[in-house]
Amino acid sequence: MRSATKFLSLVVLGFAILTGGLASPANAGEVPRPNPAKAFKGTECVEPVDVMRREHMNFLKHQRDETLREGIRGQKYSLNQCIDCHAVTSPDIMGGKVRTLKPFCAECHNYAAVSIDCFQCHTGAAVPGIGQTTSPLPNGHPAVAVPATEGGTAQ
Amino acid sequence: MSTNNLNTQQTVDAAKRDFLKAGAKATAAVAVVTLAPGVTLYSVGAKAAVTGPATSERRWGMLIDATAPEDIWDIAVDACKTEQGWGGGNNPATDPQWIRKVSVKDPKTGAKATLPVMCQHCENPPCVDVCPTGASMQRADGIVLVDKHICIGCRYCMMACPYACRSFVHENVTGQKPHMPRGKGTVESCTLCVHRIDKGQLPACVEAVTTAGSDAMLFGDLNDPNSDISRAVSKYVTQRIRQDLGVEPSVHYRGI
Repeated sequence: MRSATKFLSLVVLGFAILTGGLASPANAGEVPRPNPAKAFKGTECVEPVDVMRREHMNFLKHQRDETLREGIRGQKYSLNQCIDCHAVTSPDIMGGKVRTLKPFCAECHNYAAVSIDCFQCHTGAAVPGIGQTTSPLPNGHPAVAVPATEGGTAQ
Repeated sequence: MSTNNLNTQQTVDAAKRDFLKAGAKATAAVAVVTLAPGVTLYSVGAKAAVTGPATSERRWGMLIDATAPEDIWDIAVDACKTEQGWGGGNNPATDPQWIRKVSVKDPKTGAKATLPVMCQHCENPPCVDVCPTGASMQRADGIVLVDKHICIGCRYCMMACPYACRSFVHENVTGQKPHMPRGKGTVESCTLCVHRIDKGQLPACVEAVTTAGSDAMLFGDLNDPNSDISRAVSKYVTQRIRQDLGVEPSVHYRGI
């Protein structure tokens, strides 16, 4: 249980906590629990993990209106900032050449049957210069992200 | 109000708390940088700079010299495509088109002109009037935008626009720019490069034309009597397309 909690603290989003308890052999036939990818870089999100899990959609929705309709920019929450830290490569997506949010967002969204998809319109692929670059990069990781030129299918 | 008291208020949002702490100490510098007329950058400590909101003190506009050599408009159109990520489709009848090069000829005199036409960012935009969801909207500084979050793709605004400057996205879009989300089923048009204006930069088309050594496109604040564009529109006789409609476009033309 301790290791499971530690693992969950590494991810920002997850509904595993809502289902309660750990998967036991008795329910092995059920839909697998979501396993969102570990952040590409950084150890701390803009809010505590439990707040982000429940409220990330409200943060983004509130701020998108202020940005688009009122022209207020540079506030605390930012979809580009999500991408900056949470977009990761996956062998399933374009041969692992592009960092995208799919391994992170889609895990829980699919599990919870959340149909909203920010990334039909927003690019979910990391582009150099996106978001802020203050959080440290993982050790030994090439800091250069691959631009999404073709098939930026993020989610 | 002391810093300690503030710290006990757990509901206070962290950013707000930092701001108040900085104010209470009265030592932390609040950097204020004016990037461009109308764009002021407030920086509190190490926090990311928050800019805006847009206000009606500004009225962004453009002056286009239609007597310029017509090749320059290709540069403007290409710059827009590159900046905003449209173009490249293979169905000219329906592919989105944010800015286009138009050639006109007076049938009586034979006089010709070539000019770029994009969203005219009207003061009284018909597209905003007809939108059933409020997606088609006008910012306080006059920039007309589509809020694609709530656009249902009904295309009333396209029918209402006297300038045919809006496009419907018929196909799936990939490889969008981070600053310009685009998606199938929504209407889009020139944003006057609002993401650049908010940073104090010029719209991409104006910058490209200027970089190419031409002064055929002028961008600025029409409300500021000392701006280059205000001086120019008061000096030259300018015209706006279909002025008779009373929609008060903010894009002015010379030589048409």
